[in-house]
Amino acid sequence: MKTSWLKSGIASIALVAATGGAWAEKANDTLRVAFTKELENVDSFFNSSREGVVLQRAIWDGLIYRDPATNEYKGNLATSWEWIDDTTLELKLREGVTFHNGAPFSADDVVYTVNFVSKEENGVKTQRNVNWMESAEKVDDYTVRIHLKEKFPAAIEFLSGPVSMYPAEYYAEVGPSGMGLEPVGTGPYKVVSVVPGQHFVLEKNENYHDSPKGQPEITNVDIRTIPDVNTQMAELFSGSLDLIWQVPADQAEKLATMDQFTVKNESTMRVGYLNMDAAGRSGDTPVTDLRVRRAINHAINREELVNALLKGKSRVVSTPCFPSQFGCVEEAAKSYDYDPEKAKALLAEAGYPDGFTIEFYAYRNREYAEAIMSYLNAVGIDTDFKFLQYSALREQNMKGEVPLAFLTWGSFSINDASAMVSQFFKHGSLDDARDDQVLEYLNTADSSTDPETRIEHYAKAIERITEQAYWAPMFSYNTNYVFTNEVEYTPTADEVLRFTTMSWN
Amino acid sequence: MLTFTLKRLGLAVLVALTVSFISFTLLFLAGDPAAALAGETASGEDIEAISKLYGFDRPMLVQYGDWLFSALRGDFGESYYFRLPVSSLIFDRLGVTMTLGVCGISFALLTAVPLGVAAAIRPNSIIDRVALFLSVAGQAMPSFWFGLILIVLFAIKLGWLPPSGASGPMHFIMPTIVLGYYAMPAIMRLTRAGMLDVLSSDYIRTARAKGAPEGRVLFRHALRNAIIPVVSLAAVQMGFMLGGSIVVESIFALHGAGYLAWESIARNDLPTVQALILVFSMFYIVFTFLADVLNAWLDPRMRSS
Repeated sequence: MKTSWLKSGIASIALVAATGGAWAEKANDTLRVAFTKELENVDSFFNSSREGVVLQRAIWDGLIYRDPATNEYKGNLATSWEWIDDTTLELKLREGVTFHNGAPFSADDVVYTVNFVSKEENGVKTQRNVNWMESAEKVDDYTVRIHLKEKFPAAIEFLSGPVSMYPAEYYAEVGPSGMGLEPVGTGPYKVVSVVPGQHFVLEKNENYHDSPKGQPEITNVDIRTIPDVNTQMAELFSGSLDLIWQVPADQAEKLATMDQFTVKNESTMRVGYLNMDAAGRSGDTPVTDLRVRRAINHAINREELVNALLKGKSRVVSTPCFPSQFGCVEEAAKSYDYDPEKAKALLAEAGYPDGFTIEFYAYRNREYAEAIMSYLNAVGIDTDFKFLQYSALREQNMKGEVPLAFLTWGSFSINDASAMVSQFFKHGSLDDARDDQVLEYLNTADSSTDPETRIEHYAKAIERITEQAYWAPMFSYNTNYVFTNEVEYTPTADEVLRFTTMSWN
Repeated sequence: MLTFTLKRLGLAVLVALTVSFISFTLLFLAGDPAAALAGETASGEDIEAISKLYGFDRPMLVQYGDWLFSALRGDFGESYYFRLPVSSLIFDRLGVTMTLGVCGISFALLTAVPLGVAAAIRPNSIIDRVALFLSVAGQAMPSFWFGLILIVLFAIKLGWLPPSGASGPMHFIMPTIVLGYYAMPAIMRLTRAGMLDVLSSDYIRTARAKGAPEGRVLFRHALRNAIIPVVSLAAVQMGFMLGGSIVVESIFALHGAGYLAWESIARNDLPTVQALILVFSMFYIVFTFLADVLNAWLDPRMRSS
């Protein structure tokens, strides 16, 4: 229903029709951006979408900041931190910071925010982002201690990502719904107006503290939700938008040939993979046989998928995690080269010389799923294709009714292997491998505070997972950013638009 | 007349109830609302927590009963997705959809009826051929394609109109044309056929024979009789426009009720979908009722039956 209607037709027409020239709102110092999806709630603890992360980084600050270029952790609302013991983190807070509503930032805000979001009954949408925290405690006005439920080495990464600090008094008064309509934070941009899901207007925070995010340059940011990518492009052509992102590869290629636009491609943390029900939860299907799983791994030409379909900065992935993540040791993974003959031989060895028929599920990127299917068909595996809504597939997945599926995972942009491999191989409802050895490795890796031990055990888990071919990891995703030549911006590899690093040419 | 109206009203309520129950059942079968709510990044534990929080673990009939009793009190609950009251959410978006629907149907009627009449007066003439071409084109052209062509022409090439959005009257011109054009062919063909039929009848010959002016014959005698099925059709088209202008709303980024319904289904946002279905079915009921009344006024024979 969304972009597939026309895919490329409109791009060609628009190319012919476009008359050139840039009309950016540089004169008014207003950057106009499009979102594709209706954002459910601006309150970052109560949404789980990319658009939400973009606004979160603009409106609020975390205690810590990770430099997207160097992956180095820097103080933001905290100036320093230290582990008192394995489950207690003490942070010194920055003084002199004020919220957009004028309230001063202090330890009380941290205590309130942490205590509110870590309580399950308050319903924070992505529990994993916050449920590792037990509570927070004020030591003095500018010193707090965060108590963890158990050892959690990725704490610093989470504090620099999804955990933002909210104004205690205001949040207590208005709650998540009120915060979503009139957000108040300490961030580089303050919110002028919100029309839920449709329109967001931001304005530069003139009193922004000396943050590692940098000072905002562009005064106003005007974000509209335009669901159809073709319409977004029309807006760009007619000069009423300055920046669009998540532009499909074929459209971006055409736009790149035009003089008035800059097209930049960056990789994202999303990894596409085939999940195979090795444990046989969905019945005694052929994929319970290791040789069949290896055959499937050999059957698919990942190189070709990346070059012909995904393009850009996408790459072949052979790990059950995104290679930049801490602990995602690529060398540990057994990689399977494209070898259809070997695949056929393995199938024959497993007792399927004439192949077999299996249910194959997918929920997004139908074109990728279909390409994967044709590789499988080529080695004799017939697929009964089922394309479902995400929620429906997820439900069947949790019940263990899916023998083979093309799935993806974006790790919530968290640069730690625990955000991916540990989500799927620790005997949870989505684990179709149920490997006790993997569970043991991951338990050690997830809870150790020693980086060396963590790396060693993630590597062991990755080795075992790929050796047993529980998954067929495929490729990483990329995204295209298109903006007028008046805009200067260097996208980062985590799929987050950062308005503070944008400026006019 | 009072018993007639009351009967109709009772029937309307039953229809709305049936529709809401069926849709509730279907939505329930479509997928776990908790998984949809939790989003793509959620773990199995997140989904279980949400399921408990919203009470999805209760039997379906209990959940439906719960919804029904609140709805009867005018409370449609809170949208799972937006966490805002459903009533205010729908109210905000209905304005756009109503404006679009009224403009669309007016555009369709104002172009289709005169064209249909003109085509009927001179069958097989140039006018008739042009009208035929327009209706075939309108029927054959998908609205997303037509919409994009208009955007390319009027927004990009000529720069006369804004490509999308709903912040002023100019924003509604292209969506009106696209939505109206889609409804136009059926109305025009029906007007033409009705007019042809009526114009060959005895009373028209009589009216002409007694020397009535041609305009009076056409509009007072012929059109008034030929328009009756058109009124019924327009009522259905109007209902369709209010609930089904998803494509047009999506292309022109109008954020109306139709688009909200479409997206809410994908999000498994049950309270929003349920309320919208109720609102849309009420639209159909109200418009068909109004069409009946209008037809009764146009045709005295209908009043007695």
